[in-house]
Amino acid sequence: MAASLLQVENVGKRFGGFVALDGINLEVAQGERVGLIGPNGSGKSTLVNCMCGTLQNETGTVQFDGHAMNGLAAHQRTHRGMARSFQLPRPFPTLSVAENLRIPLLFTAHTRSGRHLTQAESEDRCQELAGLVGLAPKLHRLPRDLTQVEMRKLELARAIAADPKLLIADESMAGLSQSEVGDIVELLIKLNERGITIIMIEHIMRAVMAFSQRLVVLVSGKKIADGKPDDVVNNPEVIGAYLGQ
Amino acid sequence: MELLINAIIAGLLLGGFYAAVTVGISISFGILDIVNIAHPAFIILGSYIAYIVNQTLGVDPILTAVIALPAFYALGAMIYQVYYASFEKRGQDALRGLAFFFGLLFVTEVMLILVFGVDYRYVQAGYIDKTLRFGFVDLPLRMLVPCVLSLGMLAMLQLYLSRTFTGRAIMAVSQDQGALQLMAADPIKIKRIAFAMSIATASIAGSFLIVIQPVEPSVGREYIGRVFAICVLGGLQSLPGTVIAAMLLGIVESITATFYGPSWAPAVAFGFLLLTLAFRPAGLLGR
Amino acid sequence: MRSFFFYLGSLLVGAAFFAFARWLGNDYLFFAGYTVLQFIVLATAWNILGGYCGYVNFGSAAFFAVGSYSSVALHKLGMNVDRYFPESLAGIAKLILPLNVPTLIIIGGIVSGLIGLGTGYLTLRLRGAFFAIATLALAVVLQTLIVNWDFVGGSRGAYIIRPAEVPFIGHYIQYLFLIMLVLSVVAIAVARIIEQSRLGYGFATIRDDELAAEACGVPTLKLKLVATTISGALMGMAGAPFPYYIGYLEPSSAFGLAYAVNSIAMPMIGGTTSWVGPLVGALLLGIIQQVATVTISSAVNLLIVGLLLVGFVIVAPKGIVGLVQDYMRGGARTDGTKTWRSRFAIFANMRPGAR
Repeated sequence: MAASLLQVENVGKRFGGFVALDGINLEVAQGERVGLIGPNGSGKSTLVNCMCGTLQNETGTVQFDGHAMNGLAAHQRTHRGMARSFQLPRPFPTLSVAENLRIPLLFTAHTRSGRHLTQAESEDRCQELAGLVGLAPKLHRLPRDLTQVEMRKLELARAIAADPKLLIADESMAGLSQSEVGDIVELLIKLNERGITIIMIEHIMRAVMAFSQRLVVLVSGKKIADGKPDDVVNNPEVIGAYLGQ
Repeated sequence: MELLINAIIAGLLLGGFYAAVTVGISISFGILDIVNIAHPAFIILGSYIAYIVNQTLGVDPILTAVIALPAFYALGAMIYQVYYASFEKRGQDALRGLAFFFGLLFVTEVMLILVFGVDYRYVQAGYIDKTLRFGFVDLPLRMLVPCVLSLGMLAMLQLYLSRTFTGRAIMAVSQDQGALQLMAADPIKIKRIAFAMSIATASIAGSFLIVIQPVEPSVGREYIGRVFAICVLGGLQSLPGTVIAAMLLGIVESITATFYGPSWAPAVAFGFLLLTLAFRPAGLLGR
Repeated sequence: MRSFFFYLGSLLVGAAFFAFARWLGNDYLFFAGYTVLQFIVLATAWNILGGYCGYVNFGSAAFFAVGSYSSVALHKLGMNVDRYFPESLAGIAKLILPLNVPTLIIIGGIVSGLIGLGTGYLTLRLRGAFFAIATLALAVVLQTLIVNWDFVGGSRGAYIIRPAEVPFIGHYIQYLFLIMLVLSVVAIAVARIIEQSRLGYGFATIRDDELAAEACGVPTLKLKLVATTISGALMGMAGAPFPYYIGYLEPSSAFGLAYAVNSIAMPMIGGTTSWVGPLVGALLLGIIQQVATVTISSAVNLLIVGLLLVGFVIVAPKGIVGLVQDYMRGGARTDGTKTWRSRFAIFANMRPGAR
């Protein structure tokens, strides 16, 4: 039984009168590939935000790698090994692609590896990361010169640059072509084989099924299913709430 | 003891006036999220317009302000257009918007200095020198009249924002522009109307100001801290909150001036602001 | 290697101007030059927090005045050692006080830096707009405190009697000019070093997208506090020699609006993305204002600054440096070979497309 990396216990979050998350429990083991699905507005991104520290959950706890995360700022959680990509890409508009990739290298890599990278090392790493997602030719361009799809890839690459133990990929494949989707799934599986635990949030069921070892379903702020992908997709409640549409 | 009670009452009256000064910011900053730090400059502009008309034609300053409302409304609409075209549309960072308004504040003040000089200006009106007396309680009319009118103005605005279609659209635009568009209302037009209204309130507030105290161009800057302190303390969007916060500030300032001397008064508002921002940014009636 | 040329260049320019002004035999250029150099420091300092991080500080006057008033307080202490120190310490005190200007600069910088840190700590967790408003508040609070503090003269003001001559250099104003020249070079050097460092990248991410920056591991609060402290400290350092320059200091001149508007207008007109912007803005606006004050009036020169600010912010938001940059980028080659344009861009730390 693999060690538990992430424990989300009874996490709740409200926005005024609206309950975005209602007592979510989730455990992710080291090395797992988890898919998180659910209709729009079900709270998936809010859950990610609470896990990563962008938002603070009002109730419940988040434990990561044996440490309590409650109260820690987002950058501190990134230093502990949690990385995420944003659903709507947020590249730094005045920095080039290479510089965007360099930011996590400058600010997180040393906490993971114990020392700062040299100029040459970080240049190599930027090249490598860009190559992973197919952005090498645009290394010195600005984000505004990238297509929507390329921006999603940059978003993913930047999250990977932080050398995470856990990567949360929030709808990183929206708008990609079939083959591009396949490429990203392959990339994520490869990263997983290198030891990175991955939570994938997606609507593209083909990708989710190909990728996930375990499937979690969120509807209206509540978790309604959590188990093997084949079991979950045949769960009548899941079909009723999400898949059947 | 009598001194204290009078100080509190003076503070309440002052607070009523402060509410009129602040309501413009409650709209532009609280609802529209535009940091119009030039708002006090428009208030002073209103004061000077009331002053000129009062000097030359002898018209009551507050009446002048009401007549000048459409002009201020138009000015506000124009400024919003420039602001929107230069900043909001281009998605520029807040830095430039702030610099723009700061520049406006500054240019307005300097132009007033060039035209009117730095001497204090007064207005003449029937009620300015009169005071109502109830036992030991003093109610100077020059404070009572603006206070009452101010509360009236705020009540009207509150009704407008909660009952009319445009008013509710204005409240909605701060929360969800997309939904507003689906309701077939043009968010830009709505915001322009709201901003223009906020500048229009400056006209009225300016006339109140010059009734209460003599005015010179740099007086506006004293009010920047006050209006934002009241706005934040009152919970940004809430008009009732604005009134309560204004009264509170008025009372504290009045007591400070009475017992510690007027030279400390400017620090009160700003101290309030710093404390509020540090400890309760959501305001008294927090969101 | 670039750094060497930078320091050499600024040394040569400074020395040339100094020699020229001496040759003229008229002290006016030193007085005017001091003011312009002071603005260079203020503009550069403002830009570290405003241009690099995107947080607007309206209270530059406050930090400047804190530096000035630290000098006044220490000067008063020095002039009246017997009154303020017990007998046992008076002897030592007389040896140290009155402090010379460079020491005062350091102390002024420390005090202002601490105030910057404090303000930042209270307000930087909030949105940028709140920070800006808080800095306005700070300026007024500090001014009120100083006006009510009799030791430094309160609203009556304080006189600083300065020596007429200084060994080696001659007139006192020339000594002050040299000090301010060195301080300007220091300020610009600090800005340059920040730009080229990890800190500079961190600042840029804060300006661009704080949320994404946090997700990438950038400790945004800590960096913002660093920026506020450095910015405040530099402004305080600019203010420290001011009482000696002006001879009579009173709150309305120390806290004058001219400082707030100039320290914002100069970087915004010059350009906020690199150290060149505030320098260009300060030189340009500083010289215009000197000319206008002498030929027209000082109220009008402030009007000019205000109008230029509004104009540039609307029409040319990237400032003069931005306009030049667009011209530079026009000549850059995509294969990365260096042209004289791109070399200049690198010298000035102008990154491609940087705002």
